Amino acid sequence: MRVDDVADVRAGDKGDTLMLAVLPRDEAGWALLREQLTGAAVRRHFGPAVTGPVDRYEVPGLPALVFRLPGALGGGVTGSLTLDGHGKALSYHLLTLELEDRGGPDGR
Amino acid sequence: MTRRTRVGAGAGFAGDRIDPAVRLVEQAGLDHIVFECLGERTVAAGTLRRLSDPAAGYDPLLAARLTAVLPACRSAGTTLITNSGAANPEAAGELTGRVVARTGCGPVRLGVVTGDDVLDAVRRADPVVAETGRPVSAGPEPVSAHAYLGAEPVTEALEAGAGIVVTGRVADPSLYLGALRHDLGWDDGPHLSGIGTMVGHLLECAGQLTGGYFADPVTKPVPGLARLGFPFADVTADGRVELGKLASDGGRLDRRTCAEQLLYEVGDPAAYLTPDVTADFSGVTFRETGPDTVAAGGATGRTRPDRLKVTLGYRGGWVGEGQISYAGPRCLDRARLAGEIVRERLRDVHGIPEDDVEVEFLGAGAAHRGLAAPGDPVEVRLRVAARAPDRERADLVGWEVESLYTNGPAGGGGARAGAHEQVVVRSCLLDRALVRPVVTVTEVR
Repeated sequence: MRVDDVADVRAGDKGDTLMLAVLPRDEAGWALLREQLTGAAVRRHFGPAVTGPVDRYEVPGLPALVFRLPGALGGGVTGSLTLDGHGKALSYHLLTLELEDRGGPDGR
Repeated sequence: MTRRTRVGAGAGFAGDRIDPAVRLVEQAGLDHIVFECLGERTVAAGTLRRLSDPAAGYDPLLAARLTAVLPACRSAGTTLITNSGAANPEAAGELTGRVVARTGCGPVRLGVVTGDDVLDAVRRADPVVAETGRPVSAGPEPVSAHAYLGAEPVTEALEAGAGIVVTGRVADPSLYLGALRHDLGWDDGPHLSGIGTMVGHLLECAGQLTGGYFADPVTKPVPGLARLGFPFADVTADGRVELGKLASDGGRLDRRTCAEQLLYEVGDPAAYLTPDVTADFSGVTFRETGPDTVAAGGATGRTRPDRLKVTLGYRGGWVGEGQISYAGPRCLDRARLAGEIVRERLRDVHGIPEDDVEVEFLGAGAAHRGLAAPGDPVEVRLRVAARAPDRERADLVGWEVESLYTNGPAGGGGARAGAHEQVVVRSCLLDRALVRPVVTVTEVR
Protein backbone atom coordinates (compact mmCIF):
# COMPACT_ATOMS: atom_id res chain seq x y z
CA MET A 1 0.00 0.00 0.00
CA ARG A 2 1.27 3.44 -0.86
CA VAL A 3 0.44 6.92 0.44
CA ASP A 4 -1.34 7.38 -2.91
CA ASP A 5 -3.95 4.85 -1.81
CA VAL A 6 -5.06 6.84 1.23
CA ALA A 7 -4.08 10.49 0.78
CA ASP A 8 -3.51 13.51 -1.45
CA VAL A 9 -0.47 15.78 -1.47
CA ARG A 10 -0.05 19.50 -2.17
CA ALA A 11 3.28 21.21 -2.67
CA GLY A 12 4.22 24.74 -1.73
CA ASP A 13 7.62 26.42 -1.70
CA LYS A 14 9.40 29.07 0.34
CA GLY A 15 12.93 29.76 -0.79
CA ASP A 16 14.79 26.47 -0.96
CA THR A 17 12.33 24.60 1.28
CA LEU A 18 9.63 22.35 -0.13
CA MET A 19 6.45 22.23 1.93
CA LEU A 20 4.26 19.18 1.51
CA ALA A 21 0.76 18.94 2.94
CA VAL A 22 -0.57 15.40 3.08
CA LEU A 23 -4.33 15.01 3.39
CA PRO A 24 -5.87 11.60 4.12
CA ARG A 25 -9.15 10.73 2.46
CA ASP A 26 -10.75 9.09 5.50
CA GLU A 27 -10.30 8.29 9.19
CA ALA A 28 -8.46 5.02 8.56
CA GLY A 29 -6.02 6.84 6.29
CA TRP A 30 -5.49 9.50 8.96
CA ALA A 31 -4.65 6.88 11.59
CA LEU A 32 -2.23 5.18 9.22
CA LEU A 33 -0.46 8.39 8.21
CA ARG A 34 -0.25 9.71 11.73
CA GLU A 35 1.49 6.57 12.87
CA GLN A 36 3.71 5.73 9.90
CA LEU A 37 4.36 8.91 7.93
CA THR A 38 6.97 10.40 10.24
CA GLY A 39 9.39 13.16 9.35
CA ALA A 40 12.16 10.53 9.32
CA ALA A 41 10.22 8.34 6.89
CA VAL A 42 9.70 11.28 4.54
CA ARG A 43 13.36 12.22 4.79
CA ARG A 44 14.41 8.66 3.93
CA HIS A 45 12.04 8.61 0.95
CA PHE A 46 13.48 11.82 -0.48
CA GLY A 47 17.04 10.72 0.24
CA PRO A 48 19.76 13.02 -1.10
CA ALA A 49 17.17 15.52 -2.36
CA VAL A 50 16.77 16.76 1.24
CA THR A 51 19.62 18.42 3.12
CA GLY A 52 18.41 18.26 6.72
CA PRO A 53 15.79 16.97 9.17
CA VAL A 54 12.19 17.02 7.95
CA ASP A 55 9.80 18.75 10.37
CA ARG A 56 6.26 17.41 10.69
CA TYR A 57 3.20 19.32 11.89
CA GLU A 58 -0.30 17.99 12.58
CA VAL A 59 -3.58 19.75 11.78
CA PRO A 60 -6.16 17.38 13.27
CA GLY A 61 -9.25 19.43 12.38
CA LEU A 62 -8.79 18.99 8.63
CA PRO A 63 -7.08 16.45 9.13
CA ALA A 64 -3.63 16.82 7.58
CA LEU A 65 0.10 16.53 8.12
CA VAL A 66 2.55 19.19 6.95
CA PHE A 67 6.21 18.47 6.20
CA ARG A 68 9.06 20.91 5.61
CA LEU A 69 11.81 19.51 3.37
CA PRO A 70 14.92 21.72 3.55
CA GLY A 71 17.12 22.06 0.49
CA ALA A 72 14.76 20.06 -1.73
CA LEU A 73 14.53 22.75 -4.39
CA GLY A 74 18.15 22.91 -5.45
CA GLY A 75 18.58 26.60 -4.72
CA GLY A 76 14.95 27.68 -4.80
CA VAL A 77 12.85 29.04 -7.63
CA THR A 78 15.44 31.54 -8.75
CA GLY A 79 18.67 29.84 -7.88
CA SER A 80 17.90 26.44 -9.38
CA LEU A 81 18.73 25.19 -12.85
CA THR A 82 16.22 22.34 -12.72
CA LEU A 83 13.09 22.63 -14.83
CA ASP A 84 10.63 22.38 -11.94
CA GLY A 85 12.32 24.73 -9.48
CA HIS A 86 9.12 24.93 -7.42
CA GLY A 87 9.14 21.18 -6.76
CA LYS A 88 5.48 20.98 -7.74
CA ALA A 89 5.99 17.86 -9.86
CA LEU A 90 8.38 16.51 -7.23
CA SER A 91 5.55 16.53 -4.67
CA TYR A 92 3.89 13.48 -6.21
CA HIS A 93 6.99 11.43 -5.32
CA LEU A 94 5.66 11.37 -1.75
CA LEU A 95 2.62 9.40 -2.92
CA THR A 96 4.90 6.49 -3.84
CA LEU A 97 6.08 6.01 -0.26
CA GLU A 98 5.13 2.52 0.90
CA LEU A 99 2.99 2.13 4.03
CA GLU A 100 2.44 -1.01 6.02
CA ASP A 101 -1.18 -2.10 5.60
CA ARG A 102 -2.31 -3.57 8.93
CA GLY A 103 -5.94 -3.96 7.92
CA GLY A 104 -8.55 -1.43 8.94
CA PRO A 105 -11.82 -2.03 10.82
CA ASP A 106 -13.50 -2.81 7.49
CA GLY A 107 -11.09 -5.69 6.99
CA ARG A 108 -9.10 -4.15 4.17
CA MET B 1 -27.99 42.39 11.95
CA THR B 2 -24.25 42.01 12.05
CA ARG B 3 -22.30 43.60 9.22
CA ARG B 4 -21.21 41.37 6.37
CA THR B 5 -18.93 41.91 3.39
CA ARG B 6 -18.09 39.89 0.28
CA VAL B 7 -14.54 39.79 -1.10
CA GLY B 8 -13.61 38.00 -4.28
CA ALA B 9 -10.38 36.65 -5.75
CA GLY B 10 -9.57 38.19 -9.12
CA ALA B 11 -6.13 36.71 -9.74
CA GLY B 12 -3.77 34.32 -7.98
CA PHE B 13 -0.57 35.22 -9.79
CA ALA B 14 0.74 37.67 -12.35
CA GLY B 15 -0.08 35.44 -15.31
CA ASP B 16 -3.55 34.38 -14.16
CA ARG B 17 -6.64 34.21 -16.37
CA ILE B 18 -8.72 37.36 -16.71
CA ASP B 19 -12.21 36.12 -17.65
CA PRO B 20 -13.07 34.49 -14.29
CA ALA B 21 -12.63 37.86 -12.56
CA VAL B 22 -14.98 39.56 -15.03
CA ARG B 23 -17.70 36.95 -14.39
CA LEU B 24 -17.20 37.24 -10.63
CA VAL B 25 -17.58 41.04 -10.65
CA GLU B 26 -20.58 40.92 -12.98
CA GLN B 27 -22.47 38.20 -11.14
CA ALA B 28 -21.32 37.78 -7.55
CA GLY B 29 -22.21 41.16 -6.03
CA LEU B 30 -18.74 41.71 -4.62
CA ASP B 31 -17.78 44.55 -2.31
CA HIS B 32 -14.12 44.12 -3.25
CA ILE B 33 -12.13 42.18 -5.79
CA VAL B 34 -8.46 41.52 -5.08
CA PHE B 35 -5.83 40.82 -7.72
CA GLU B 36 -2.80 39.21 -6.11
CA CYS B 37 -0.09 39.37 -8.74
CA LEU B 38 3.25 39.27 -6.92
CA GLY B 39 5.37 36.21 -6.34
CA GLU B 40 8.59 36.16 -4.33
CA ARG B 41 10.69 37.09 -7.29
CA THR B 42 8.20 39.20 -9.30
CA VAL B 43 9.21 42.44 -7.59
CA ALA B 44 12.90 41.79 -8.17
CA ALA B 45 12.21 40.97 -11.83
CA GLY B 46 10.17 44.19 -12.05
CA THR B 47 13.12 46.11 -10.64
CA LEU B 48 15.34 44.84 -13.47
CA ARG B 49 12.76 46.03 -16.02
CA ARG B 50 12.54 49.39 -14.26
CA LEU B 51 16.32 49.79 -14.34
CA SER B 52 16.27 49.59 -18.13
CA ASP B 53 13.02 51.59 -18.48
CA PRO B 54 12.04 53.97 -15.62
CA ALA B 55 8.35 53.82 -16.68
CA ALA B 56 8.25 50.00 -16.38
CA GLY B 57 8.47 47.60 -13.44
CA TYR B 58 4.78 46.97 -12.77
CA ASP B 59 2.75 43.93 -13.86
CA PRO B 60 2.77 43.82 -17.68
CA LEU B 61 -0.82 42.49 -17.67
CA LEU B 62 -2.16 45.34 -15.53
CA ALA B 63 -3.67 47.34 -18.39
CA ALA B 64 -5.39 44.28 -19.87
CA ARG B 65 -6.83 43.30 -16.48
CA LEU B 66 -8.09 46.78 -15.65
CA THR B 67 -9.60 47.28 -19.10
CA ALA B 68 -11.52 44.02 -18.78
CA VAL B 69 -12.68 44.42 -15.20
CA LEU B 70 -13.05 48.14 -14.40
CA PRO B 71 -16.33 48.79 -16.26
CA ALA B 72 -17.96 45.89 -14.42
CA CYS B 73 -16.49 47.10 -11.12
CA ARG B 74 -17.98 50.56 -11.63
CA SER B 75 -21.47 49.17 -12.43
CA ALA B 76 -21.39 46.76 -9.52
CA GLY B 77 -19.86 49.21 -7.04
CA THR B 78 -16.96 46.84 -6.45
CA THR B 79 -13.66 48.18 -5.17
CA LEU B 80 -10.55 46.88 -6.91
CA ILE B 81 -7.42 46.14 -4.88
CA THR B 82 -4.17 44.90 -6.41
CA ASN B 83 -0.46 44.63 -5.71
CA SER B 84 0.24 44.74 -9.46
CA GLY B 85 2.27 47.89 -8.86
CA ALA B 86 5.17 45.51 -8.25
CA ALA B 87 8.43 47.50 -8.47
CA ASN B 88 6.75 50.69 -9.70
CA PRO B 89 3.41 51.43 -8.00
CA GLU B 90 3.55 55.11 -9.06
CA ALA B 91 3.77 54.20 -12.76
CA ALA B 92 1.06 51.57 -12.24
CA GLY B 93 -1.09 54.32 -10.71
CA GLU B 94 -0.55 56.57 -13.72
CA LEU B 95 -1.42 53.73 -16.05
CA THR B 96 -4.56 53.03 -14.00
CA GLY B 97 -5.56 56.68 -14.42
CA ARG B 98 -5.19 56.38 -18.18
CA VAL B 99 -7.30 53.20 -18.28
CA VAL B 100 -9.99 54.88 -16.16
CA ALA B 101 -10.10 57.78 -18.63
CA ARG B 102 -10.09 55.55 -21.69
CA THR B 103 -12.84 53.27 -20.42
CA GLY B 104 -14.97 56.13 -19.07
CA CYS B 105 -14.93 54.61 -15.61
CA GLY B 106 -14.27 57.87 -13.76
CA PRO B 107 -14.46 59.77 -11.65
CA VAL B 108 -13.02 57.43 -9.06
CA ARG B 109 -10.60 57.87 -6.19
CA LEU B 110 -7.35 56.02 -6.76
CA GLY B 111 -5.11 55.01 -3.89
CA VAL B 112 -1.45 54.26 -4.54
CA VAL B 113 0.60 52.60 -1.81
CA THR B 114 4.36 53.03 -1.76
CA GLY B 115 7.05 52.73 0.88
CA ASP B 116 7.81 49.06 0.34
CA ASP B 117 11.05 49.93 -1.48
CA VAL B 118 13.51 49.81 1.44
CA LEU B 119 16.83 49.49 -0.39
CA ASP B 120 18.29 52.57 1.33
CA ALA B 121 17.13 51.44 4.77
CA VAL B 122 18.58 47.98 4.18
CA ARG B 123 21.94 49.46 3.20
CA ARG B 124 22.00 51.54 6.38
CA ALA B 125 20.75 48.84 8.78
CA ASP B 126 22.77 46.08 7.06
CA PRO B 127 20.70 43.14 8.42
CA VAL B 128 21.71 39.49 8.14
CA VAL B 129 20.68 37.66 4.97
CA ALA B 130 18.64 34.62 6.04
CA GLU B 131 20.05 32.27 3.41
CA THR B 132 23.74 33.09 3.98
CA GLY B 133 23.86 34.10 7.65
CA ARG B 134 26.03 37.09 6.71
CA PRO B 135 25.21 40.80 6.59
CA VAL B 136 23.89 42.25 3.34
CA SER B 137 27.10 44.26 2.90
CA ALA B 138 29.18 41.05 2.93
CA GLY B 139 27.51 39.78 -0.23
CA PRO B 140 26.93 41.13 -3.72
CA GLU B 141 25.09 44.42 -4.13
CA PRO B 142 21.30 43.87 -4.15
CA VAL B 143 19.41 45.61 -6.96
CA SER B 144 16.20 45.69 -4.98
CA ALA B 145 14.88 45.39 -1.43
CA HIS B 146 11.14 45.33 -0.84
CA ALA B 147 9.51 44.99 2.56
CA TYR B 148 6.25 43.10 2.91
CA LEU B 149 3.76 45.78 3.93
CA GLY B 150 0.67 44.82 5.91
CA ALA B 151 -3.02 45.62 5.77
CA GLU B 152 -2.84 49.16 7.20
CA PRO B 153 -2.14 51.09 3.99
CA VAL B 154 -4.93 49.22 2.16
CA THR B 155 -7.40 50.09 4.93
CA GLU B 156 -6.15 53.69 4.92
CA ALA B 157 -6.71 54.04 1.17
CA LEU B 158 -10.23 52.62 1.43
CA GLU B 159 -10.98 54.95 4.35
CA ALA B 160 -9.98 57.84 2.13
CA GLY B 161 -12.65 56.73 -0.32
CA ALA B 162 -10.48 54.88 -2.83
CA GLY B 163 -12.38 52.79 -5.38
CA ILE B 164 -9.12 51.42 -6.75
CA VAL B 165 -6.06 50.60 -4.66
CA VAL B 166 -2.73 49.86 -6.36
CA THR B 167 0.21 48.72 -4.25
CA GLY B 168 3.67 47.28 -4.56
CA ARG B 169 4.86 44.61 -2.15
CA VAL B 170 1.91 44.25 0.19
CA ALA B 171 1.70 40.72 1.62
CA ASP B 172 -0.85 38.61 -0.24
CA PRO B 173 -3.34 38.00 2.59
CA SER B 174 -2.95 41.59 3.82
CA LEU B 175 -4.65 42.88 0.65
CA TYR B 176 -7.77 41.02 1.82
CA LEU B 177 -7.38 41.78 5.52
CA GLY B 178 -7.12 45.50 4.72
CA ALA B 179 -10.52 45.38 3.00
CA LEU B 180 -12.11 43.34 5.82
CA ARG B 181 -10.85 45.74 8.50
CA HIS B 182 -12.32 48.66 6.58
CA ASP B 183 -15.71 47.12 5.89
CA LEU B 184 -16.25 45.34 9.19
CA GLY B 185 -14.71 47.92 11.51
CA TRP B 186 -12.12 45.42 12.73
CA ASP B 187 -9.26 46.54 14.95
CA ASP B 188 -5.74 45.25 14.39
CA GLY B 189 -5.91 42.75 17.26
CA PRO B 190 -4.52 39.27 16.65
CA HIS B 191 -7.74 37.23 16.78
CA LEU B 192 -9.63 39.02 14.02
CA SER B 193 -6.39 39.50 12.08
CA GLY B 194 -5.86 35.74 12.25
CA ILE B 195 -9.34 35.15 10.83
CA GLY B 196 -8.88 37.76 8.10
CA THR B 197 -5.48 36.34 7.25
CA MET B 198 -7.03 32.89 6.87
CA VAL B 199 -9.59 34.39 4.47
CA GLY B 200 -6.85 36.13 2.52
CA HIS B 201 -4.67 33.06 2.45
CA LEU B 202 -7.51 30.88 1.15
CA LEU B 203 -8.42 33.38 -1.58
CA GLU B 204 -5.00 34.72 -2.58
CA CYS B 205 -4.34 31.96 -5.12
CA ALA B 206 -7.78 32.36 -6.69
CA GLY B 207 -8.54 29.16 -8.65
CA GLN B 208 -6.40 27.06 -6.32
CA LEU B 209 -9.32 27.10 -3.86
CA THR B 210 -11.87 25.93 -6.40
CA GLY B 211 -10.07 22.95 -7.89
CA GLY B 212 -7.12 24.44 -9.72
CA TYR B 213 -3.79 22.85 -8.77
CA PHE B 214 -5.96 20.26 -6.98
CA ALA B 215 -7.41 18.34 -9.89
CA ASP B 216 -6.37 14.75 -10.54
CA PRO B 217 -8.67 12.99 -12.98
CA VAL B 218 -8.57 9.77 -10.93
CA THR B 219 -8.36 10.74 -7.26
CA LYS B 220 -9.70 14.30 -7.33
CA PRO B 221 -11.78 15.01 -10.45
CA VAL B 222 -12.82 18.63 -10.98
CA PRO B 223 -15.51 19.57 -13.51
CA GLY B 224 -15.10 22.45 -15.94
CA LEU B 225 -11.46 23.46 -15.40
CA ALA B 226 -11.46 25.36 -18.71
CA ARG B 227 -14.09 27.64 -17.14
CA LEU B 228 -12.72 27.43 -13.60
CA GLY B 229 -14.54 29.87 -11.33
CA PHE B 230 -12.65 31.97 -8.81
CA PRO B 231 -13.82 32.01 -5.18
CA PHE B 232 -15.26 34.67 -2.91
CA ALA B 233 -15.79 34.87 0.85
CA ASP B 234 -18.60 36.26 2.93
CA VAL B 235 -17.24 37.53 6.21
CA THR B 236 -19.22 38.95 9.11
CA ALA B 237 -18.10 41.49 11.70
CA ASP B 238 -18.11 38.79 14.38
CA GLY B 239 -15.67 36.69 12.34
CA ARG B 240 -17.86 34.10 10.62
CA VAL B 241 -16.58 33.04 7.22
CA GLU B 242 -18.35 31.33 4.33
CA LEU B 243 -16.61 30.56 1.03
CA GLY B 244 -18.41 30.31 -2.28
CA LYS B 245 -18.18 30.39 -6.06
CA LEU B 246 -20.57 31.07 -8.93
CA ALA B 247 -22.73 28.03 -9.65
CA SER B 248 -22.45 28.66 -13.39
CA ASP B 249 -18.64 28.49 -13.35
CA GLY B 250 -16.53 25.34 -13.44
CA GLY B 251 -14.57 23.98 -10.53
CA ARG B 252 -15.46 22.58 -7.14
CA LEU B 253 -15.36 24.04 -3.66
CA ASP B 254 -15.52 21.67 -0.71
CA ARG B 255 -13.69 20.60 2.44
CA ARG B 256 -10.93 18.92 0.47
CA THR B 257 -10.14 21.86 -1.80
CA CYS B 258 -10.21 24.20 1.20
CA ALA B 259 -7.99 21.99 3.36
CA GLU B 260 -5.35 21.75 0.64
CA GLN B 261 -5.28 25.48 0.01
CA LEU B 262 -5.19 26.35 3.71
CA LEU B 263 -1.86 24.51 3.97
CA TYR B 264 -0.40 25.78 0.70
CA GLU B 265 3.06 27.27 1.30
CA VAL B 266 2.48 27.05 5.04
CA GLY B 267 5.30 25.72 7.22
CA ASP B 268 4.20 25.64 10.86
CA PRO B 269 0.37 25.88 10.67
CA ALA B 270 0.32 27.40 14.19
CA ALA B 271 2.68 30.24 13.23
CA TYR B 272 1.99 31.62 9.77
CA LEU B 273 3.84 34.93 9.83
CA THR B 274 2.51 37.99 8.04
CA PRO B 275 3.15 41.68 8.69
CA ASP B 276 -0.21 41.81 10.50
CA VAL B 277 -0.24 38.81 12.78
CA THR B 278 1.26 35.46 13.71
CA ALA B 279 -1.69 33.55 12.33
CA ASP B 280 -2.65 30.22 13.86
CA PHE B 281 -4.38 27.84 11.43
CA SER B 282 -3.81 24.72 13.55
CA GLY B 283 -7.41 24.64 14.80
CA VAL B 284 -9.13 25.44 11.51
CA THR B 285 -12.08 23.31 10.43
CA PHE B 286 -14.24 23.37 7.30
CA ARG B 287 -17.93 22.47 7.07
CA GLU B 288 -19.86 22.08 3.82
CA THR B 289 -23.01 24.18 4.18
CA GLY B 290 -24.38 23.87 0.65
CA PRO B 291 -23.34 23.16 -2.92
CA ASP B 292 -19.89 24.75 -3.43
CA THR B 293 -20.33 26.51 -0.10
CA VAL B 294 -18.00 25.96 2.84
CA ALA B 295 -17.94 27.53 6.29
CA ALA B 296 -14.46 28.04 7.75
CA GLY B 297 -13.78 28.44 11.47
CA GLY B 298 -11.15 28.03 14.13
CA ALA B 299 -8.51 30.49 12.93
CA THR B 300 -6.91 32.83 15.39
CA GLY B 301 -3.63 34.63 15.89
CA ARG B 302 -0.98 36.00 18.19
CA THR B 303 1.09 39.17 18.24
CA ARG B 304 2.46 40.30 14.90
CA PRO B 305 6.22 40.01 14.29
CA ASP B 306 8.36 42.99 15.33
CA ARG B 307 10.36 42.84 12.14
CA LEU B 308 9.16 42.77 8.54
CA LYS B 309 10.36 40.32 5.94
CA VAL B 310 12.27 41.95 3.10
CA THR B 311 12.90 40.34 -0.28
CA LEU B 312 16.34 41.16 -1.67
CA GLY B 313 16.82 40.91 -5.42
CA TYR B 314 20.16 40.22 -7.09
CA ARG B 315 21.24 40.02 -10.67
CA GLY B 316 21.78 36.31 -11.21
CA GLY B 317 23.37 36.41 -14.62
CA TRP B 318 21.86 34.41 -17.45
CA VAL B 319 20.63 30.87 -17.89
CA GLY B 320 20.94 29.22 -21.29
CA GLU B 321 18.96 26.13 -22.10
CA GLY B 322 18.55 23.55 -24.83
CA GLN B 323 16.31 20.51 -25.25
CA ILE B 324 16.20 17.61 -27.71
CA SER B 325 14.13 14.39 -27.88
CA TYR B 326 15.08 10.74 -28.35
CA ALA B 327 12.57 7.89 -28.68
CA GLY B 328 12.31 4.16 -29.07
CA PRO B 329 14.89 1.48 -28.25
CA ARG B 330 17.81 2.74 -26.11
CA CYS B 331 16.42 6.30 -26.10
CA LEU B 332 17.66 6.92 -22.55
CA ASP B 333 21.14 5.63 -23.47
CA ARG B 334 21.27 7.94 -26.46
CA ALA B 335 20.02 10.89 -24.41
CA ARG B 336 22.69 10.21 -21.78
CA LEU B 337 25.37 10.12 -24.44
CA ALA B 338 24.05 13.38 -25.84
CA GLY B 339 24.17 14.94 -22.38
CA GLU B 340 27.80 13.87 -21.92
CA ILE B 341 28.74 15.36 -25.27
CA VAL B 342 27.17 18.73 -24.45
CA ARG B 343 28.74 18.78 -20.98
CA GLU B 344 32.17 18.08 -22.48
CA ARG B 345 31.76 20.71 -25.20
CA LEU B 346 30.58 23.37 -22.75
CA ARG B 347 33.58 22.64 -20.50
CA ASP B 348 36.38 22.12 -23.00
CA VAL B 349 35.36 24.33 -25.91
CA HIS B 350 33.52 27.15 -24.13
CA GLY B 351 35.01 27.10 -20.63
CA ILE B 352 31.69 26.76 -18.78
CA PRO B 353 32.45 24.91 -15.51
CA GLU B 354 30.60 21.63 -14.90
CA ASP B 355 29.19 22.99 -11.64
CA ASP B 356 27.24 25.55 -13.65
CA VAL B 357 25.66 22.92 -15.88
CA GLU B 358 22.55 20.85 -15.14
CA VAL B 359 21.62 17.86 -17.31
CA GLU B 360 18.12 16.39 -16.97
CA PHE B 361 16.29 13.56 -18.71
CA LEU B 362 12.65 14.59 -18.95
CA GLY B 363 10.38 11.57 -19.01
CA ALA B 364 12.95 9.45 -17.20
CA GLY B 365 12.51 10.73 -13.67
CA ALA B 366 13.92 14.27 -13.87
CA ALA B 367 10.99 15.77 -12.00
CA HIS B 368 11.64 13.35 -9.15
CA ARG B 369 15.33 14.24 -9.10
CA GLY B 370 16.29 10.68 -10.05
CA LEU B 371 14.66 9.25 -6.90
CA ALA B 372 12.46 6.90 -8.94
CA ALA B 373 13.90 4.36 -11.38
CA PRO B 374 13.37 5.60 -14.94
CA GLY B 375 12.22 2.20 -16.23
CA ASP B 376 12.18 1.91 -20.00
CA PRO B 377 10.70 5.13 -21.34
CA VAL B 378 9.08 5.31 -24.78
CA GLU B 379 10.76 8.65 -25.27
CA VAL B 380 13.00 10.96 -23.31
CA ARG B 381 13.85 14.61 -23.67
CA LEU B 382 17.35 15.79 -22.84
CA ARG B 383 17.45 19.19 -21.17
CA VAL B 384 20.71 21.01 -20.55
CA ALA B 385 20.73 24.28 -18.63
CA ALA B 386 23.75 26.33 -17.59
CA ARG B 387 24.54 29.59 -15.87
CA ALA B 388 26.42 32.20 -17.86
CA PRO B 389 27.46 35.79 -17.18
CA ASP B 390 25.79 37.22 -20.27
CA ARG B 391 23.34 36.52 -23.07
CA GLU B 392 26.03 35.64 -25.57
CA ARG B 393 27.54 32.92 -23.37
CA ALA B 394 24.09 31.64 -22.36
CA ASP B 395 23.17 31.14 -26.01
CA LEU B 396 26.06 28.67 -26.34
CA VAL B 397 24.09 26.09 -24.35
CA GLY B 398 21.17 25.88 -26.76
CA TRP B 399 23.55 26.04 -29.68
CA GLU B 400 25.49 23.02 -28.43
CA VAL B 401 22.25 21.08 -27.97
CA GLU B 402 21.01 21.97 -31.45
CA SER B 403 24.34 20.95 -32.98
CA LEU B 404 23.65 17.41 -31.74
CA TYR B 405 21.36 17.09 -34.78
CA THR B 406 24.33 16.34 -37.03
CA ASN B 407 27.07 15.62 -34.48
CA GLY B 408 25.36 13.52 -31.82
CA PRO B 409 23.46 10.27 -31.28
CA ALA B 410 20.96 8.89 -33.78
CA GLY B 411 17.38 10.02 -33.89
CA GLY B 412 17.63 13.32 -32.05
CA GLY B 413 14.64 15.53 -32.90
CA GLY B 414 12.69 18.62 -31.91
CA ALA B 415 15.61 20.64 -30.57
CA ARG B 416 14.77 23.96 -28.94
CA ALA B 417 17.02 26.62 -27.47
CA GLY B 418 16.48 29.62 -25.20
CA ALA B 419 18.06 31.96 -22.69
CA HIS B 420 16.73 34.25 -19.97
CA GLU B 421 18.12 36.66 -17.43
CA GLN B 422 18.02 35.31 -13.92
CA VAL B 423 16.97 37.15 -10.79
CA VAL B 424 18.04 35.62 -7.50
CA VAL B 425 16.07 36.49 -4.38
CA ARG B 426 17.16 36.28 -0.78
CA SER B 427 15.49 37.60 2.34
CA CYS B 428 16.24 39.50 5.51
CA LEU B 429 14.29 41.09 8.36
CA LEU B 430 13.97 44.80 9.00
CA ASP B 431 12.67 46.59 12.10
CA ARG B 432 9.16 47.72 11.20
CA ALA B 433 9.91 51.24 12.49
CA LEU B 434 12.26 51.61 9.52
CA VAL B 435 9.46 50.91 7.03
CA ARG B 436 6.95 53.69 6.38
CA PRO B 437 4.05 52.94 4.03
CA VAL B 438 2.82 55.98 2.10
CA VAL B 439 -0.76 56.21 0.82
CA THR B 440 -1.58 58.74 -1.89
CA VAL B 441 -5.22 59.11 -2.88
CA THR B 442 -6.22 61.23 -5.88
CA GLU B 443 -9.32 61.54 -7.99
CA VAL B 444 -8.99 60.32 -11.56
CA ARG B 445 -11.58 60.85 -14.27
